[in-house]
Amino acid sequence: MRAALVLLSLLFSPLVSASEGAVSASDTIRLVRQDCGSCHGMSLQGGLGTPLTREALAGQSAEALAVIILHGKHGTAMPPWKSLLSATQAQWIAERLLEGFPEEKQP
Amino acid sequence: MRFGWLLASLMLTACAQTPLRGTGDLGIVIERANGRVAVVDTTAKSVLGRIDGLGDLSHASVVYGRDGRHAYVFGRDGGLTKVDILEQRIDKRVMQAGNSIGGSISQDGRLVVAQNYTPGGIKVFDAVTLELLAEVPTQSKVVGLVDLPGQKFAYALFDKGEIWVTDLSDPRQPRTEKYPAGLQPYDGLVTPDGRYYMAGLFGEDGIALLDTWRPELGVKKILQHYGKGEEKLPVFKMPHLRGWAVAGNQAYLPAIGRHEVLVVDKGNWQEAGRIAVKSQPVFVMARPDGRQVWVNFAHPDNSWVQVIDTLTGKVIKTLQPGKAILHMEFSPRGEHVWLSARDDHSVHIYDTQTFERVATLPAQSPSGIFFTSRAARMGF
Ligand code: HEC
Repeated sequence: MRAALVLLSLLFSPLVSASEGAVSASDTIRLVRQDCGSCHGMSLQGGLGTPLTREALAGQSAEALAVIILHGKHGTAMPPWKSLLSATQAQWIAERLLEGFPEEKQP
Repeated sequence: MRFGWLLASLMLTACAQTPLRGTGDLGIVIERANGRVAVVDTTAKSVLGRIDGLGDLSHASVVYGRDGRHAYVFGRDGGLTKVDILEQRIDKRVMQAGNSIGGSISQDGRLVVAQNYTPGGIKVFDAVTLELLAEVPTQSKVVGLVDLPGQKFAYALFDKGEIWVTDLSDPRQPRTEKYPAGLQPYDGLVTPDGRYYMAGLFGEDGIALLDTWRPELGVKKILQHYGKGEEKLPVFKMPHLRGWAVAGNQAYLPAIGRHEVLVVDKGNWQEAGRIAVKSQPVFVMARPDGRQVWVNFAHPDNSWVQVIDTLTGKVIKTLQPGKAILHMEFSPRGEHVWLSARDDHSVHIYDTQTFERVATLPAQSPSGIFFTSRAARMGF
């Protein structure tokens, strides 16, 4: 019950993005599953990009992952997302990735 | 007894209600979130039915057996499913790898080959039984697998920067030739005649070109330095080369990290021009007659589609058909184009002469669209 509530609040809490105002968590989940998924796989098990599962990322800090998300990894196909994601969003994604990323709810 | 009779009569009615039909105007739409494909009719512009249970279909692709009836669906989770689109059912399914990206079918239609990320390599299957016949390990992610004449397959190795050509004339004894290609090939294509194999490079400007009629000449780099040393824009989605756009004497290719389509002269493989487009191209596809080239774009501009007139080299139409246009497929002779709009949960059908929308079909998160006309085309 508690867990469900936390999940619900996660899903509906607005994420504040510097440029675009409030972005909903469900939009961000969709972006990660669909658009990061074009390289990392929709299930985040990996593709051209490395796996982003909880197991694969174990031991890394959310801060370090957020930096990679915002600035990309030079010399690899990982692009910088800072023109599309705020630092808050990147941090939020990094934290969720470390916990095991939430599934997109089906329409 | 009574029941048996009823069943028999039911079956008879069922048969009577399913008239014989061909498959030339059929196709498949991948519904990527649901592990399901829709079987579609391009004449009636309708969904005939759905086939479930195909696993993770993000980035799935399809090739057709030459009967135009059996389709092989390659899923992201390494599943290879053979479906019968007339009976709308799964014929066979195997889990062949941890992480796969697509596949190809041999010239004679007897071999289906899968290209895999994890573990890297290709696997060769009997097209009838899906029995595994051979494997070629690569220690690298495999991209851009295509069929070539003579039971050969060409593909590129993302991590190793090579192009490999494997001869499967004896399917259990693959013979492979290797050619250095360049940094991080991300996809490949073969020209419609099956002669030239091209691999787009992500790690450097340029395209690696192999003349498979004269492989002894090795790989030549074309369009080198098309970025002229300028910092490329962040690439949020890898372009695809597979739906080649060869129209007349020119080939049209997506530029990496630039808002451009590159035009190459097929005679000398020199750059013949560039066409400025709305954003970073993902698919650059020629209408079957080659008069138009349709282009879709990477996130966040993926609601747009542009049409290039190949005679003038100009963008003649800019459309905003729907949210997240992931793929485009022309009807066999190109009077219509089908566009999958993932975030609208729809497939939109446009007339390619008038650019009017002629129909919209519902589909859950549609991605790839594959018509049976691919069955007879090399490299598809
Ligand atoms: C165009 C392809 C592509 C897209 C799209 C992409 N990535 Fe990546 N990403 C990569 C590649 C390739 C790597 C591995 C880089 C390397 O070789 O170290 C990577 C690495 C990462 C890493 C580091 C993983 C580790 O083990 O250290 C994180 C985190 C990451 N990506 C997150 C994301 C997120 C979040 C998105 C979407 C907002 C995204 N990526 C979209 C290609 C991509």
